[in-house]
Amino acid sequence: MAAPVEWPRAITHSLLYLDGVTVSFDGFRALNNLSLDLAHGEMRAIIGPNGAGKTTMMDVITGKTRPDTGEVLFDNGSIDLTREDEAAIAQLGIGRKFQRPTVFDDHTIEDNVLLALKGGRTVGRNLFWRSNGDAGRIGDILSTIGLAAHRRRLAGTLSHGQKQWLEIGMLIAQDPKLLLVDEPVAGMTDAETMTTARLLKDIAQDHTVIVVEHDMEFVRRLGVKVTVLHEGSVLAEGSIDEVSANARVIEVYLGR
Amino acid sequence: MITRRFLEAPDRRGWIFLALLAAAAIIVPALNLFVPSTSPLHVSTTTVALWGKYLCFALLALSLDLAWGYCGILSLGHGAFFALGGYAMGMYLMRQIGPRGVYAHPVLPDFMMFLNWKELPWYWYGFNHFPYAAVMILAVPGILAFVFGWFAFRSRVTGVYLSIITQALTFALMLGFFRNDFGFGGNNGLTDFKDILGFNVQSTGTRAALFSISALALGLGYLVAQAVVRSKAGKVLIAVRDAESRTRFLGYRVEHYKTFVFTLSACMAGVAGALYVPQVGIINPSEFAPANSIEVVIWVAVGGRGTLIGAALGAILVNYAKTQFTIGMLAPYWLFALGALFVLVTLFLPRGVLGLLPRPEPTGVPCSTSGPPAPKLRSAAGSPPVQPGGGEHASVSRPGAAAAQPVLAK
Amino acid sequence: MRTSYAHVMAVLLWSLGGLALAGPPAMAQSYEQALAGFAADAFSDTDAAITAVAGSGHPLAAKVIGALQDGRLLFNADDRKIYVREPSGTVLDAATGRPVAGEAPPGLKSVRLNNRLRRSVEAALGSLTLLAPEPSRRLAAAQAVFKSRDANALAALEGALARETDVRVRKAMLEARAAIILTQPSAREADRVQAVGVIRDRSDRDARALLGGLPADLPPTVQRTAAEAITAIDRHLARWEMVQHLWYGLSLGSVLLLAAIGLAITFGVMGVINMAHGEMVMLGAYTTFVVQEIMRTTAPGLLDYSLAIAIPAAFLSAGLVGIAIERGVIQFLYGRPLETLLATWGISLILQQAVRTLFGANNREVSTPSFMSGVVELGGLAVTLNRFWIIVFAGLVFALLLGVLRYTTLGLHMRAVTQNRRMASAMAINTGRIDALTFGLGSGIAGLAGVALSQIDNVSPNLGQSYIIDSFLVVVFGGVGNLWGTLVGALSLGVANKFLEPYAGAVLGKIALLVLVILFIQKRPRGLFALKGRAVEA
Ligand SMILES: Nc1ncnc2c1ncn2[C@@H]1O[C@H](COP(=O)(O)OP(=O)(O)O)[C@@H](O)[C@H]1O
Ligand SMILES: [Mg+2]
Repeated sequence: MAAPVEWPRAITHSLLYLDGVTVSFDGFRALNNLSLDLAHGEMRAIIGPNGAGKTTMMDVITGKTRPDTGEVLFDNGSIDLTREDEAAIAQLGIGRKFQRPTVFDDHTIEDNVLLALKGGRTVGRNLFWRSNGDAGRIGDILSTIGLAAHRRRLAGTLSHGQKQWLEIGMLIAQDPKLLLVDEPVAGMTDAETMTTARLLKDIAQDHTVIVVEHDMEFVRRLGVKVTVLHEGSVLAEGSIDEVSANARVIEVYLGR
Repeated sequence: MITRRFLEAPDRRGWIFLALLAAAAIIVPALNLFVPSTSPLHVSTTTVALWGKYLCFALLALSLDLAWGYCGILSLGHGAFFALGGYAMGMYLMRQIGPRGVYAHPVLPDFMMFLNWKELPWYWYGFNHFPYAAVMILAVPGILAFVFGWFAFRSRVTGVYLSIITQALTFALMLGFFRNDFGFGGNNGLTDFKDILGFNVQSTGTRAALFSISALALGLGYLVAQAVVRSKAGKVLIAVRDAESRTRFLGYRVEHYKTFVFTLSACMAGVAGALYVPQVGIINPSEFAPANSIEVVIWVAVGGRGTLIGAALGAILVNYAKTQFTIGMLAPYWLFALGALFVLVTLFLPRGVLGLLPRPEPTGVPCSTSGPPAPKLRSAAGSPPVQPGGGEHASVSRPGAAAAQPVLAK
Repeated sequence: MRTSYAHVMAVLLWSLGGLALAGPPAMAQSYEQALAGFAADAFSDTDAAITAVAGSGHPLAAKVIGALQDGRLLFNADDRKIYVREPSGTVLDAATGRPVAGEAPPGLKSVRLNNRLRRSVEAALGSLTLLAPEPSRRLAAAQAVFKSRDANALAALEGALARETDVRVRKAMLEARAAIILTQPSAREADRVQAVGVIRDRSDRDARALLGGLPADLPPTVQRTAAEAITAIDRHLARWEMVQHLWYGLSLGSVLLLAAIGLAITFGVMGVINMAHGEMVMLGAYTTFVVQEIMRTTAPGLLDYSLAIAIPAAFLSAGLVGIAIERGVIQFLYGRPLETLLATWGISLILQQAVRTLFGANNREVSTPSFMSGVVELGGLAVTLNRFWIIVFAGLVFALLLGVLRYTTLGLHMRAVTQNRRMASAMAINTGRIDALTFGLGSGIAGLAGVALSQIDNVSPNLGQSYIIDSFLVVVFGGVGNLWGTLVGALSLGVANKFLEPYAGAVLGKIALLVLVILFIQKRPRGLFALKGRAVEA
């Protein structure tokens, strides 16, 4: 881990900076003194066994869970995320795809994207909203995620994999500074997984991204720096090859 | 321009509904006033008053549907807003009585004389002016809903918890209004009205006019409500209803949307109450009874929640049935019927009467350049199958069984 | 110490004085003379006669004055003889107490009374019974004198005090005498100060009223001691009042607990909103009524034990109805809490109307067994026995329920199903059966609540309605899914209600409480003892 003198530099140059974050549920520590920092424009893969605290970490970043202790700073340390609520954090530019795909079942696919689309979030703006050009943007996004043919279908009728993509499409529509993507390829076929990997790498060209995934093949394909979480703290960090060779990682995660 | 956008045109069903209302607003009073009572076409004044009452209930149901059907706020206290609007109107009507009361006091209503009060309480000031009363009809329910909603939604009280505290709210108000020292006539409420805007409330002409105004109010309420639900904000409301926290993670301030729709809905309920009072001639605390508010919910459920028109029809349908029951020999069985209605509708008709009709097309994103998209060639899955268990509104945000299935304490 | 010594001395001296006064005069003769006073039928003569007869110590005195009070004392204006007409109708000669031979003389008239005389009569009766053989009657008489403060009774009181051996009666007599002395203008200042002391030691509301109502023209020393005594009594009373409120609060809390505990199972454990819960309570109350009616006709002697049958009967009937509701309606609505709410509301309407049709809309009378009626005074605390037994009953039910959940297979399965339905089902637990039984258990307990409520509330079709909102508030306030939370919630809402009532009045107190709970729920939407964890999150 970084030496104390380097912390200020890390803070002021990171898009996201977590330090000493601890979260406990009825005495059980889901996150234990977790530290992480993410540069602007970086893409990071996070792996770790079930229950390692990956989702909880996203909960902390997006304001769903308040940490017991620790700092969560955003945008060069200028914003303390622990003080903001979910909506404010989303408006700051942090988008999230949930582990269990969550879309608005009773809305059409295009309405789902429309709701995610960057733009006014206040009641007043949306009461008097005019579409000017949104339709085109929505069309682009739907083509990107391959759902253009289904735009009028209700999202509730989509398959699991399609919902995953719709969620990714909604993320793109939000155009956030930081994307948190929780297990995007769970339940996908190999081919779909590869497509998704390509899509994410595309997105990562001009966004900062954190991807949580179990699928080692997928992570390898992303080809980015990997952080291994275990029991709520960082076990190892480095390229996929480095961490796969790490004895502790093999012991607790890879299991061989 | 902005207003043009906001007042999104209703769909075909909406036009039919509005046309029916307009026709009723013109024809019914005409048949009452200008057709001699000997003619079979004559509509009696009692019928006019009765249907006028139904229209007020329809507006109340519509307002609840806006909150419940579109935003998932199951208010079990909407009768409170209705009653508050009614009381505001009642206070105006009381002050219009002037010296014609039994005690002939120029200012104080009879019940205050009876209680030996010497002067008008401050909150009765201004109610002799109709414009002020009209503002209060909207403001009192609106402000209460705003404050209540603001606190409740900000602290994320949802689902049945919210339902129960709305019920407690109307219960508390009922207890309060039953008290004489609250200054609203206690048990007896406000009654013995003489005239409204200078017209005798009892006269045939006034009654016919009130009927037309009620129909107008319902039409207007429908226009506003459908404009809201078809705007993008309306889409947000549905999103909140189906997946509240997901909406939050998209950056929407859910509590603002909920407070907005709850307040709007309360104002509409207030208007309904205000129109109801001169037509029935009395407002008393029993309007606050929790049972009344729950009954409104069943009107909406019968008609079909989340359809607006269905809610209005449901209110008329159930109340018509109630009248038929309670004037006949079947009176003691009305509560059985009402109870059965609750059970059967939730079990077998989760989408209400209107849900039996084919579902209207999901509206697309209107493209400003090419006009509304032509309704053509829907994909095979265009009409979605009803999902198992959850009905149409089940969603991933309320996974599986009861959302909050807590665990027994050790 | 010193003052109490002075007390005792003063009391002794007085008693001696009283003894001296009450010498043995020629009783019979003075009695007959005194009787004659009634024959004039003039108010002043009657008054004198009352005092004289009462003071005569004659065994018939009480009977005569009692008859006077009831308008059964008759006089013959011609021969100035006095008669008593018994309630049975026989006429006695007041002088001898024997029935008159043959026909009663014609032209007998009742001796008339006015309000002032009525007070004299009461005082006289009071002092007469001061000598009654039974201590309880003497005590009652002394208390009556304390209330009337009739100076005429002083002599009798002194006499009685001289003979009195029972400590409690003696104390009451001393207090009565102090009350008289305190209000008598002719009494000595020192005596009055003593009297204030005696009254002060009594320390109850009557003492407070007596001291508070003293005339303003008393000597300063008396006034000062009285004022001090009032402060002391007020403090004492305030303490007892707290205890009394606490008791009322506990009592209300136990009722709430009974009503809410079943809900804590159906709502808290199963997540089912049962709006018909109140009607389960009502069914329990009506079951109690029916059981009593049956026993009244078949075994009236055992009526006191009808509750022993009503308790299981109410549990079973409400429980079975609950199971029917669960199997018939609720099982199709799991996961749709708002729909469940509506459907069960419909059921509640049906049940209410059914009961109204069967039993009528009026209140039904359920009698209270003898062991549950009455009041026990504990210091300044009045404990009504039925309330006391309800608290005990609520505690028992609560403990039993905890036991069932913790130690029985049913409890184990219930916990398993509510925690993880699919897993439980995979482990060959019949989840449908468990759901039905759990719901039946919750409903049955509501039925038990109905048995308790039938003892303190009107048994009417609306019985359940009045408790349903409160019960929900208790469960929500205490924290869903936590029985201990329900216990604490019920007791604290009950106590809070009773402490608010004196300040705000019953209705405003209730409103204030509703508002407080609403605010509280907003602060802690998951209740006092909220469960944490993912399972709770929507
Ligand atoms: N709200 C919560 N309540 C209780 N325990 C939780 C909660 N959220 C997470 N946990 C626990 O924290 C641990 C980490 O969970 P999670 O972050 O979902 O792991 P991962 O996503 O890495 O599989 C798990 O053991 C989980 O049970
Ligand atoms: Mg996870």
